[in-house]
Amino acid sequence: MDTFYGMLTLTLIYSTPILVTALGGMFCEKSGVVNIGLEGLMGFGAFTGATVMYFVQGSASGPYFALLMGMLVGGIVSILHAYMCITLKSDQVISGTAINMFATGVTIYMSQIIFGQQRTVAFNESFTKTTYPLLSKIPFFGKFLFSNIYPTVFIALILVVISWYVLYKTSFGLRLRAAGENPHAVDSVGANVTKIRYSAVIISGLLSGLGGAMMILTQDIQYTSVSIHGTGFIAMAAVIFGRWKPAPILWASLFFGLSQILKIYSTSLGIFAALPLEFFDSFPYILTVIALVVFSGKGVGPKSSGVPYDKGQR
Amino acid sequence: MNNVVEMKDITKRFPGIIANSHVNFDLRQGEIHALLGENGAGKSTLMSVLFGLYQAEEGEILIRGEKVDIKDPNVATKIGIGMVHQHFKLVHNLSITENIILGVEPKNRWHQVDLKKGRAQVVALSEKYGLTVDPDELIENITVGMQQRVEILKMLYRNSNILIFDEPTAVLTPQEIDDLIIVMRNLVNEGKSIILITHKLKEIMAIADRCTVLRRGECISTVEVAKSNPSELAEMMVGRKVNLDLNKKEIDEHKTVMKIRNLSVKDSKGLDAVKNFNLDVRTGEIMCVAGIDGNGQSELIQGITGLTPCSGGTIEFLGKEIQNTKIRERTEMGLGHIPEDRQKYGLVMDFDIKENMVLQSYFKEPFSTHGKLNKEAIKEYSDRLVEEYDVRSSQGSDTTSRSLSGGNQQKAIIAREVDRSPALLLAAQPTRGLDVGAIEFIHKSIVAERDKGKAVLLFSLELEEVLSLSDKIAVIYEGEIVGVLDAKDATENELGLLMSGAKKGDLPDYE
Ligand SMILES: Nc1ncnc2c1ncn2[C@@H]1O[C@H](COP(=O)(O)OP(=O)(O)OP(=O)(O)O)[C@@H](O)[C@H]1O
Ligand SMILES: [Mg+2]
Repeated sequence: MDTFYGMLTLTLIYSTPILVTALGGMFCEKSGVVNIGLEGLMGFGAFTGATVMYFVQGSASGPYFALLMGMLVGGIVSILHAYMCITLKSDQVISGTAINMFATGVTIYMSQIIFGQQRTVAFNESFTKTTYPLLSKIPFFGKFLFSNIYPTVFIALILVVISWYVLYKTSFGLRLRAAGENPHAVDSVGANVTKIRYSAVIISGLLSGLGGAMMILTQDIQYTSVSIHGTGFIAMAAVIFGRWKPAPILWASLFFGLSQILKIYSTSLGIFAALPLEFFDSFPYILTVIALVVFSGKGVGPKSSGVPYDKGQR
Repeated sequence: MNNVVEMKDITKRFPGIIANSHVNFDLRQGEIHALLGENGAGKSTLMSVLFGLYQAEEGEILIRGEKVDIKDPNVATKIGIGMVHQHFKLVHNLSITENIILGVEPKNRWHQVDLKKGRAQVVALSEKYGLTVDPDELIENITVGMQQRVEILKMLYRNSNILIFDEPTAVLTPQEIDDLIIVMRNLVNEGKSIILITHKLKEIMAIADRCTVLRRGECISTVEVAKSNPSELAEMMVGRKVNLDLNKKEIDEHKTVMKIRNLSVKDSKGLDAVKNFNLDVRTGEIMCVAGIDGNGQSELIQGITGLTPCSGGTIEFLGKEIQNTKIRERTEMGLGHIPEDRQKYGLVMDFDIKENMVLQSYFKEPFSTHGKLNKEAIKEYSDRLVEEYDVRSSQGSDTTSRSLSGGNQQKAIIAREVDRSPALLLAAQPTRGLDVGAIEFIHKSIVAERDKGKAVLLFSLELEEVLSLSDKIAVIYEGEIVGVLDAKDATENELGLLMSGAKKGDLPDYE
């Protein structure tokens, strides 16, 4: 039974970066901009988080400060994507791919400058797994939600609620959803499509940066060029899997998180023990492909996503 | 009387074309002012300038006597101008209420969008003006007629009192048009002023006070409707006499080219939209399928052309069963198609005219040799069609289709399909949104095909067109033919009864 609770906790922890990044991707696509660059933006967040963490270790608020900085850098880099896609109306897929390549290059280069090696120097402490005194006594939920868990999980869960609120209860959310469906309609009622889309891309940058920093601070001890290993793309799959809606995206992220930790439990789970370890390494990615095949093409995504807004077009 | 709008000397250019040249236009308090002109005359452009979507290069606009600079729709909305666009600007997966309040959302104490309050206001407005809508329904689930009522409510919700309607009736059924006319009267009685763009002279005669005519970007004149008549208006607009009478050749010999038997086609929800459908189409005859919109016409067209698979029955074309063959094969056998939705099925909007002209034949000599396109031959062919069918554009064959006015897009498709002179020409709403000059031309082209001994299968929602153009009328109701009659003996009244399902007519024997 303890293994079971342990698995749930670990699923939550591994789902967190996917979830946070996917929420960012959701905002971006809902407004009509495709963001293939989530992976790269996570990279920027992770690199910044790891670097800041190394320099501030020792203080209790250090990890939070590192998260914040990762988030900011992600947000700043995403302005580039917004500028290329919205102002210059260039191809959004190419711009996103450029961000991904740019991320690998710049982070390694910066590591070389700051640390004199192609990776950041490992930090000795960051977030610690905490068991919360009273809460962990709650039957069932306390066992996995409040035992041996990182506080980042709670940040992510709160973000799901905030995202839902912003998207469905505020006028900004209403306009954002409309901008991804029919920007001409938004323009004709006097709301500013450019402003809405810029905000959405920057939100996705902030959240991806945060997701990347969370990932590095909870699953790693330093940033290397392979630290993110496709998590940004998995987040994109989670957006599609989750139908561009916050709550379903939460479930999709948990599902992908679970697929990532199966490897750790593979030897102790009878039926899986027979499979080679490599299978579990590739499992999350196989699932991603399957999810995309099954859930794409059903046409529920924002209609104008990926199409630059051209006022003159009729 | 005092003018609420005065547009003076407005000039607006697009690359290669002057859409408005020194146009003067004024709107009086409480009147309905019609704007008439050929396709591409610049009506939508002039109104877009007034609504702030485009900026004029020259000229000035006065609203209630004050000079204004309308630099975007926000400004227009603030000074009380509202517009229903030719192509609706609605968000498909939002509710009616959300669409109406978008941009000016009511907020509650916590800065949340107050949907309840918005909904109540929408309900109040809809009751006041007799604009029936279901405030919670999503746009994608409602009819075109209701979408238009949503657009009108959008203007009223913003307290607009200068209302622009850009071809509001082009997509409506006759019943919906009557309702809209009543709504417009109510609005004017409330003290609002209306600008109405339409191609239908009958409507202008029915409700407009004055009418301004545009031709090729220039203002021809403004007349009092009461002192004018339809043929005078038509002549002013086209610049010559328009003759809508058709002289059809007597043809005695007919051969059946298409036999449809027990056909059924499902709609997007998987329900039978067409069922047990029988029809014969013969050479030298225009067979018209008439009915109220949404009685299976679209599905029938898609079934015959191959855009949707048929779920049962047979279609025999020139002696061969085609219900399971590919679209290309049907086209090659001699099936021509003027589609209902020109932007979706008729043209590749981002291709230029010459590329669109050879969409069905680009792979054949002389347009390509050994898999390589022959640019000169294509251009030459397209230039000829543009000339012959009077497709007006800024750069001839090289214009992208998207920048053509709606009517000229339609003419380009007709040129392509009619010029191939197919054994059977299927024409769906061929004149929707066209000016009388263009209608005259298209009707004559279709009759010419018939006189050559080709078969024509026409789909039309407009009774006038049905009666004047066809030889035989098959009335469709809920996916079935409820009567086939000779156009010569048919009356509007009888057609109306058949179309509404109130009566069953005679059916020929289908063996
Ligand atoms: N955005 C644009 N870019 C280039 N040309 C344009 C644009 N909008 C309109 N035009 C051109 O300006 C002319 C006037 O177009 P407009 O849409 O105002 O015509 P219209 O009178 O509304 O015609 P219709 O009855 O077919 O709707 C046309 O020749 C059209 O091709
Ligand atoms: Mg127009």
